[in-house]
Amino acid sequence: MFKIVAQRILIAIPTLIGVSILAFSLIRLVPGDPILLLLGERGVSKEMYIDIQQKLGLDKPVIEQYFYFLSNAAKGDFGVSIVSKKPVFDEFISRFPATVELGFLAMFWSIIIGIPLGVVAAIKRKTFFDYFLMSGALVGYSMPIFWWGLMLILVFSVGLGWTPVSGRISPFFDVDPVTGFMLIDSLKSPEGWGAFVSSLKHLILPSVVLGTIPMAAIARMTRSGLLEVLKKDYIRTAKAKGLSFYTIVIKHAFRNALIPVVTVIGLMFGTILTGAILTETIFAWPGIGRWIVASVTSRDYPVIQGGVMLIAFVVIFVNMIVDLLYVWIDPKLRDS
Amino acid sequence: MTQYKEFLKKLKRNTGAKISLALLGVLCFFALFAPFIAPFDPTQIFDGQLKLPPFWLDGGEFKFLLGTDDLGRDQLSRLIYGARVSLGVGALVVILALSVGLVLGVISGYAGGWVDSLIMRIVDVLMSMPSILLAIVIVSILGPSLINGVIAVSVMALPAFIRIVRASVMAEKHALYVVAGQNFGASHLRQVFINILPNVAAPIIVQATLGFSDGILNIAALGFLGLGAQAPTSEWGTMLADARSYIETAPWLVTMPGVCILIAVLTFNILGDGLRDILDPKLR
Amino acid sequence: MKYFFGIITLCVLAACTPAKNKGTFVFCAEGSPSIFNPQLATDGATFNASSQPIYNRLIAFKPGTTEVKPSLAESWDISDDGLEYSFYLRRGVKFHQTKDFTPSREFNADDVLFTFNRQRDEAHPYHLVSGGTYEYFKSMEMDKIIKDIIKVDNYTVKFILSRKEAPFIANLAMDFASILSKEYADQLEASGSKDKIDNEPIGTGPFVFKRYIKDTLVRYESHKNYFEGPSKIKKLVFAITPDANVRFQKLKTGECHFVGQTSPTDLEGMRAHKKIKLLQRPGMNVGYLAFNTQKIPFKKLLVRRAIYHALNRKSYIEAIYLGYASVAESPLPPVIWGYHSGLRKYEYNIKKAKALLKKAGYPKGFETTLWTLPITRPYNPNGKKMGELMQSDLARVGIKVNLVTYDWPTYLAKINKGEHDLVQLGWTGDNGDPDNFLGVLLSCAAVEPGSNAARWCNNKFSALIIKAKQVSNVGQRSKIYKELQVIFKRELPWVPIAHSITFKAMRSNVYGYIQSPLGTENFYPIEFK
Repeated sequence: MFKIVAQRILIAIPTLIGVSILAFSLIRLVPGDPILLLLGERGVSKEMYIDIQQKLGLDKPVIEQYFYFLSNAAKGDFGVSIVSKKPVFDEFISRFPATVELGFLAMFWSIIIGIPLGVVAAIKRKTFFDYFLMSGALVGYSMPIFWWGLMLILVFSVGLGWTPVSGRISPFFDVDPVTGFMLIDSLKSPEGWGAFVSSLKHLILPSVVLGTIPMAAIARMTRSGLLEVLKKDYIRTAKAKGLSFYTIVIKHAFRNALIPVVTVIGLMFGTILTGAILTETIFAWPGIGRWIVASVTSRDYPVIQGGVMLIAFVVIFVNMIVDLLYVWIDPKLRDS
Repeated sequence: MTQYKEFLKKLKRNTGAKISLALLGVLCFFALFAPFIAPFDPTQIFDGQLKLPPFWLDGGEFKFLLGTDDLGRDQLSRLIYGARVSLGVGALVVILALSVGLVLGVISGYAGGWVDSLIMRIVDVLMSMPSILLAIVIVSILGPSLINGVIAVSVMALPAFIRIVRASVMAEKHALYVVAGQNFGASHLRQVFINILPNVAAPIIVQATLGFSDGILNIAALGFLGLGAQAPTSEWGTMLADARSYIETAPWLVTMPGVCILIAVLTFNILGDGLRDILDPKLR
Repeated sequence: MKYFFGIITLCVLAACTPAKNKGTFVFCAEGSPSIFNPQLATDGATFNASSQPIYNRLIAFKPGTTEVKPSLAESWDISDDGLEYSFYLRRGVKFHQTKDFTPSREFNADDVLFTFNRQRDEAHPYHLVSGGTYEYFKSMEMDKIIKDIIKVDNYTVKFILSRKEAPFIANLAMDFASILSKEYADQLEASGSKDKIDNEPIGTGPFVFKRYIKDTLVRYESHKNYFEGPSKIKKLVFAITPDANVRFQKLKTGECHFVGQTSPTDLEGMRAHKKIKLLQRPGMNVGYLAFNTQKIPFKKLLVRRAIYHALNRKSYIEAIYLGYASVAESPLPPVIWGYHSGLRKYEYNIKKAKALLKKAGYPKGFETTLWTLPITRPYNPNGKKMGELMQSDLARVGIKVNLVTYDWPTYLAKINKGEHDLVQLGWTGDNGDPDNFLGVLLSCAAVEPGSNAARWCNNKFSALIIKAKQVSNVGQRSKIYKELQVIFKRELPWVPIAHSITFKAMRSNVYGYIQSPLGTENFYPIEFK
């Protein structure tokens, strides 16, 4: 196992370098003076200009500049946001929990609803129920979630008034951001349970929207994986032994059908991060996605540069974990 | 030819594929003949005819079947021209990503060695970024416009094409008939284009169909974020973003572009599913 | 079926709505403050979050007017030559006490000197803190006008001016003149964390800053020792909500109590809603389209006139402001003294516009760019949409317009450099003086700093601007400003578009709010009933 871990880390290194080259070139590809791009065009003093020039080593050859950039990044220095004047890394850290919280709940919905739906559809194959579920899944899979979010707000928030329109918690609750996870912080606040309920209410709609595509994908994958397995010889053997259909499905088939599902779940992390960019914009959710979009519209290049790199690091890391999980679940892969 | 006949036969039996082809026909018809079908120029502003509802609602007019937008432009005409933009973008994205993906994928799969490693590392880098984020980065370099959006969305689609082409080529490379060709001294080009590619067409066609739906969805998403098509182009995602503030006063302005996006994306996804069933049952 | 589980949870949660926190007032703010020191900012979001709740100034505007009244200065004298201003400071004014700072003394002359010297003296230890650009202070030319500030005793400060300046007292009531604590500054300097002064602010105002969660919330608590008495609301929260429509939705659900910037599209719904009340007053603002008069073809007066005739401004009032505005004919809004109501009008007339273009040598029109306002402002609620209307209007006379926009700071920076052709801008008055419009936006002196976006320099106009500031009689000044508007209307450096009506929406149990003609919000007098 240790060998495998080391191997996966080694594979990730060239990708990390590639990402850093991409982020590094970003600022130099945009037309205009890179220093002004990093400082903003307003209120730049000569001292600040020279300071950043030296820090980036812009008078040095490009290769050297890149190593400057890399060593700064290794120290956690990703530059300073033009808009907020705060270090990009700190901003990332302060927003990351919001996105994780949202993504985690979305993943939760999509797994606990998606897998049972897929199983039911496979068992009831070629019935009305199967067609209905799978058409639904196809629609969900094709959903423009930015529109879907607006529709759900229209119905549940504006129309029925069940859920709040946007934000993470009602402003009436004063919650100290200790961990950054509102569900945890709210429980620690003086209002405790009430604050927790409020933060959960704020989470429901965005997480459902964000979970839509993964849920559909997981349902589809579960169904086809299960059907595939049900065709296999050992299932036929089990049937021949006279085991009941449900025992076969639950005890034998389901476990093996789960392997491709786990892969899909791993792939869905990327989808969730993509979706988070749109979902956070719609629900004014103060996470990474909204941060990046806002920084593009305000041309906050240090944030775009640093943010892209940090997000890519997270994705690479998550992929590595999923890879290892996969190996762990499916022993056949261990030797290859 | 028998292959082709068999394909048609299977197609006739696949309900999903038939429905999606019909829908596709309608969409293409709208896109191609937009100037003849649309009642008005999509940028023409009718003074004082603001936010009229569709004709079946109170206050609607037959002149504007689906009502007018907040500047007094005919909604139906804008939606029809929107089909043109979306399908055009989808086609462009597939052409761009397919041609580049084909070249890189074939090189990678056929050559192997360090070339393969290099290309695959680039693919890894592209895939380590959530796709919309990658597009956002590209647009932030090039500046927001429809063309730059297309470039960005094509780059997003690229890794999937490279991977599929590479995997198919690698799988076929060691097939008997290819090895035989090699022994007879067939050139590399001949090997790739005559011996390998036709035999890996199935997964690539399926991927191209799905590339269409991704392209349409992503350009709409960019438009929604204000990073895609710019005014006065009538593009569904941009229309949706523009109408967002009227979600209560004129909900139809928000509903209709969204439904159009959904239908277009759904069409290509059903088609992709159908083609996969027909062309390559193994892939299911 | 898909969301069955979700819906069940929703129902359960909806049933146990938590009890609302009495005494907490939530303001749906439209933007994030850039910093908590108004000296360093020029935007309304920052002023609303800093100068209004946290600080006071020597002078205040009487609520709902642009007349001045004493605040931290109880009274003042002006010498006969108009060059020496003595301020007699209020005693017993207490600064905020927080977990990091306990004031040992009350407000005095040292704080006034600290406040102004930080902005004007480049050698001041705090001058360069937080970037050190005091844009507002400089654009009002305070660095040139103030020659010296003398502490006469602990409670008397004397300002010595280098030239006569009629609006000086009103200037001291503006946000950038907010008074900071010198004692706090000294403490921070000793502990080596100077920049905290602008991010963890201490002032004398009605609310004590508690916490800022970026782009999300700002929290304040009532200042119990406020010199005008503690506020009736105990806690103040700014819930930052950039989308106008979402602000309205939150107001409806009671997630906030007050919306300062309303979108015209929501007004009907607000009026119809039982638990929302709406206040309105004609705004002290103007939205306009400026020509870059240093560039061809806008150098030519005939081209400017042609465009003036080609724009159907009435249709913009309908489509963009939904009728909640009047067509502007002057750069000065009608609510300010000195407004000229009988100015020449240039009606919407395509034929005339075409003829003028032909006469100017552009019978087939030309191609140009039009910059659309990237943010929502009362004077222009939707720059992009207005741009599309202008684009279609100008296409009718053969002028092909490409719409361009940038984010707000870049937009302004590029205008300052004169890179634009046609540009949408606007202005909301911030001290009620006509000079705040005509001088700031149209004088030769304003070309270089960039606030004169037309880059239009008319010597006669600028000479009159200077003359008007040195006369102190309002009647005489008014006459000069009317003459200035006539010159404007002859030369047309801009097309004035609209003076909008400004609306404030609040929950019906909110009382005591007074709508200011200036852009900023003051929540001190508010109470729930």
